[in-house]
Amino acid sequence: MSLLGNRWTRPEVGAAAGALLVWAFFALVAGEPFRGGDGAATYLNAAAPLGILSVAVALLMIGGEFDLSVGSIIGVAGMSIMLLTVHFGWSVWPALLVTLVFCLAVGLVNGLLVVRTGLPSFIVTLGTLFILRGLAIGVTRQLTGRTQIGGLDAVEGFESARVLFGSTFVGGLRVSILWWVGSAALATWVLLRTPVGNWIFASGGGPAAARRVGVPVGRVKIGLFVTTAFAAYLVAVTQALRFTGADALRGELQEFRAIIAVVIGGTLLTGGYGSAVGAVFGALIYGMVQQGIVLSGVDADWFQVFLGVMLVVAVLFNHRVRDMATRATPREGGGEPT
Amino acid sequence: MTGPTPVLSVRSVGVRFGSVDALSDVSTSVTEAAVTCLLGDNGAGKSTLVAVLTGVLRPTTGRYLIDGAPVELSSPRDALALGIAAVHQDLAVIPLMSVWRNFFLGAEPVRGRGPLRTIDRARAYRVVREEMGRLGIRVRDPGQAVGTLSGGERQSLAIARALHRGARVLILDEPTAALGVRQASFVLQVIEEARERGVAIVLVSHNPDHAARVGDRFVILRQGRVLGHFDRSEITPDRLRALMSGQYESWDTGRSPGQSPI
Repeated sequence: MSLLGNRWTRPEVGAAAGALLVWAFFALVAGEPFRGGDGAATYLNAAAPLGILSVAVALLMIGGEFDLSVGSIIGVAGMSIMLLTVHFGWSVWPALLVTLVFCLAVGLVNGLLVVRTGLPSFIVTLGTLFILRGLAIGVTRQLTGRTQIGGLDAVEGFESARVLFGSTFVGGLRVSILWWVGSAALATWVLLRTPVGNWIFASGGGPAAARRVGVPVGRVKIGLFVTTAFAAYLVAVTQALRFTGADALRGELQEFRAIIAVVIGGTLLTGGYGSAVGAVFGALIYGMVQQGIVLSGVDADWFQVFLGVMLVVAVLFNHRVRDMATRATPREGGGEPT
Repeated sequence: MTGPTPVLSVRSVGVRFGSVDALSDVSTSVTEAAVTCLLGDNGAGKSTLVAVLTGVLRPTTGRYLIDGAPVELSSPRDALALGIAAVHQDLAVIPLMSVWRNFFLGAEPVRGRGPLRTIDRARAYRVVREEMGRLGIRVRDPGQAVGTLSGGERQSLAIARALHRGARVLILDEPTAALGVRQASFVLQVIEEARERGVAIVLVSHNPDHAARVGDRFVILRQGRVLGHFDRSEITPDRLRALMSGQYESWDTGRSPGQSPI
């Protein structure tokens, strides 16, 4: 019986077990404040923005690319919404729409640059990371003299947009959690049930082989960059409507946190293997550790140490799984001693 | 050359890279239900000819004919559309993906319509088992990663996939080069099965033993030229070896192949 063909070795299994372990740990150490419903709301709310981002980043990383610009897109999108409304006097919905188009265009440019030049996406999107962050700060300061803008709640259309993006539903749970769960479900469906999902795996796992059988690898990758840009936009919108304002520095380091969540979720850094569900658990672990440390009264400085350790452990684990998956197992009909 | 009408043939094909002739005046053909072996040492022009046959490379001169009619191929996709499929040694399959996902990659069976189309996994599983079974390979779990298959099984999977997609001409680029004895033998059996099904097979190899075992016709390339065509009855592995390395004066063209290397 093949060990890796079987269903127990889905990429997210390690992350699910990890999430359970982390929960049990803080349930013991932090006690009731963590275990109860309020505790759950705290860490779920904390995990949701990262979760939305991570689901999209997981698809992209399975497709074999990185997007370091997502954090900056969050900053730019937030500022775009605030400038268009508060500074230029638009109402909320047109501002959301124009910002959406801008963000999708950024994703398209990222994708086109990577696919056309053949340069590593790590470098290309590192470039867009700085360009967009600089633009967010520079343009905002030029126009308003500040880098933070508030007052969205006074703008027409705020209430309807807030219900959809910035409200809470049951027991203090934010609506961003629904966006998170919804995007994870959609991503999982695409990945596992549709031809495009098959192409995403192939674009990361063997782009040359995929091209030879007619997979439009370039288009798949461009589509994935647009998807990550869209996820960043969604995060920016939920935050702008909840805080009724934005900060040009919002989203800083989120690109790395998303990569961490995705890798903890069992996706290979080298692409071709992983899952959106894993990224959900990765983001959940992030949220639980972040809030759990605070609730247990430990200095929050230790959070980063914990996160780094989780990352290293996850990478080691994932690559072991990958080695097992790619090693030929001798079977009847001819195993060669090589 | 007489016999049945060739499925595929090239006439006086030349390929020039800058000032270097990678291929010059190559004419050869491939017939149905036969294994045509393309042999030559490294640098003899095998890869260039394969690139021409599969539409990767456009020849500088010469003609390409399918069923006797001239065609122009500008991409591997064109070649595939005409039923010419290539199976490459390294690029055949993706190890991290399952057998069925590899098998249907780029041509997934779907049900439903529009944006809600999903992969018909039950059908995928059934077809993989059937198609592999026709080549004499039993697949236990189509959901297992290709990485867990042996090298011979991976090549066979790629061959089964090409046949399933309607390949009439199957170009196998060094399918046995990276394999051990038993695995190579396994792949050669699969090649014989494919020939029984009427497929025209081009076997590119630098292993005379493997070629001699399954080949019906032999084309020897040397320094970008065809050194000669041989039928099965005319050759032995030793003679093939000698021809490939140039230690044997060609009796087909009468041309001296020049001093031997090493």
